[in-house]
Amino acid sequence: MNVTHLSESRAHSAPAAGDAARDAIIEVEGIHKIYGGSVTALENINLDFHRGALTSLLGPSGCGKTTLLKILAGLLQPTSGEVRVNGTPVTGPGPERAFVFQDFALMPWATVLRNAAYGLELRGVSLREREERARHYIDEVGLSGFEDKYPHELSGGMRQRVGLARALAVDADVLLMDEPFSAVDEQTRRKFQEDLIRLREIEKKTFLLVTHSIEEAVYLSDRIVLLSPRPGRVAQIVTPEIDRSGDPDAIRRTPEYLDLIDEIWAGLRTYVE
Amino acid sequence: MEIYGYRVPAAAALIVWVVIWEIVGRFDLLLMFPPFTEVLASLPDVIGTPSFAEAARITVVSYLAGLALAIVVGIGIGLLMGLVKRADQILNMWVNIFLSAPLSALVPVIMILFGMGSPTVVATVFMFAVWIIALDTRAGVLHASPSLLEMGRAFGASRGQRLKLILLSALPEILAGIRLGVIRGVKGVVIGQLLVSIIGVGALFSLYSQNFLMAHFWALILILFAFALSLAELINRLEARVEYYAGSRS
Repeated sequence: MNVTHLSESRAHSAPAAGDAARDAIIEVEGIHKIYGGSVTALENINLDFHRGALTSLLGPSGCGKTTLLKILAGLLQPTSGEVRVNGTPVTGPGPERAFVFQDFALMPWATVLRNAAYGLELRGVSLREREERARHYIDEVGLSGFEDKYPHELSGGMRQRVGLARALAVDADVLLMDEPFSAVDEQTRRKFQEDLIRLREIEKKTFLLVTHSIEEAVYLSDRIVLLSPRPGRVAQIVTPEIDRSGDPDAIRRTPEYLDLIDEIWAGLRTYVE
Repeated sequence: MEIYGYRVPAAAALIVWVVIWEIVGRFDLLLMFPPFTEVLASLPDVIGTPSFAEAARITVVSYLAGLALAIVVGIGIGLLMGLVKRADQILNMWVNIFLSAPLSALVPVIMILFGMGSPTVVATVFMFAVWIIALDTRAGVLHASPSLLEMGRAFGASRGQRLKLILLSALPEILAGIRLGVIRGVKGVVIGQLLVSIIGVGALFSLYSQNFLMAHFWALILILFAFALSLAELINRLEARVEYYAGSRS
């Protein structure tokens, strides 16, 4: 376990030694976001996100974690500062980034297959090819057999799997996930988290996950960025060193997992009280 | 509806009124009401005349023309109001005024503008139907899920593709507006023709009432009612087919 405490002046200093070898796919430099001229949502965010890693943005509500994710996605413009993806500044959404929405954002009038293929449809991929690719990812997220169902015929967890399949199908480098499991019931969430670990081994993509669940962040992440609220700042960066190769359920019993949850809670509780 | 534990279809209420109508007619209680059976008997008489065929043709043509215009313009205005805040501020008050104003009073003005023929009737149908379609379309556009639009942007949808997302999201409301527009349009076509009174059903109504053919008069009204209700029912069916996604929006 490796915990880096960051004072404001050191916010851009190199993260933990073990990460130094990895290259940054997303670089965030001096991001400020001010709403309506007075409410500061984000203040001086400097971060690197590593290629192939799963990084969580963790913090209590109001810390601007979703705002930061939407700025990275190009859906929101920062008040000042710059985001670079693969070295190119972000001005809007781009094909190298795919987004998974908290409320799934599926088209209710379209089948699972068409929803999963929608990103490809927008890119003008031919019907046959996009359905073939969509089918592949529908299968990968565990929804095969449901291709012709409509979203309202699926449970919340299954709907989010469609959202995940849609994001995977466009073959982006980075998957930006905005509290993807928060609208899903607890049992489904656990299964979903286990599936995500397995999916990461197959897909080798960079994942960014916004969450307010400490357990979820520790369970899934290679790196956790803790944000403090009002204004949103980087409070701490934590690098869990948990072996995720074995039984996914066993992770929840390892001492590293349990200790880290306690430690992060100890750090966060000051903001909640 | 249930009476003493027996299930009775709601249409049964109509039978009660028909019976009362028949009694009133039989005993000559009211000058205006011939017995219902007599009205039914004159139905084939009304439908069989060449003047009815001509009136029906002209009515249907001007109705459909006015309605088509109202749907196209109504959806256009509604989209504009839903998408552009400025346009909404300017148009909202006017659309609401026209929606609740007694439009029959405007028909004479329309008559001066368009003359004593079909164009006046088309314009009347349009004026009756367009506003509710515009308002419902606006409501549908404003209801479109923000995250669905964000999804469109995130996956690189062009302007046109995003507009398609909005239109499809608003489809349940648009259809509801069209259904109401269809019914209002029937009012429009009848009122327009009554006031012009030399073409279509309006001419027939004047013919029957001036010659005191009350049975024929009522038969024509029955036909018009049936026409309006079956059109509304048709749109209802169409709405039921897209309802599956109206319910799943949250």
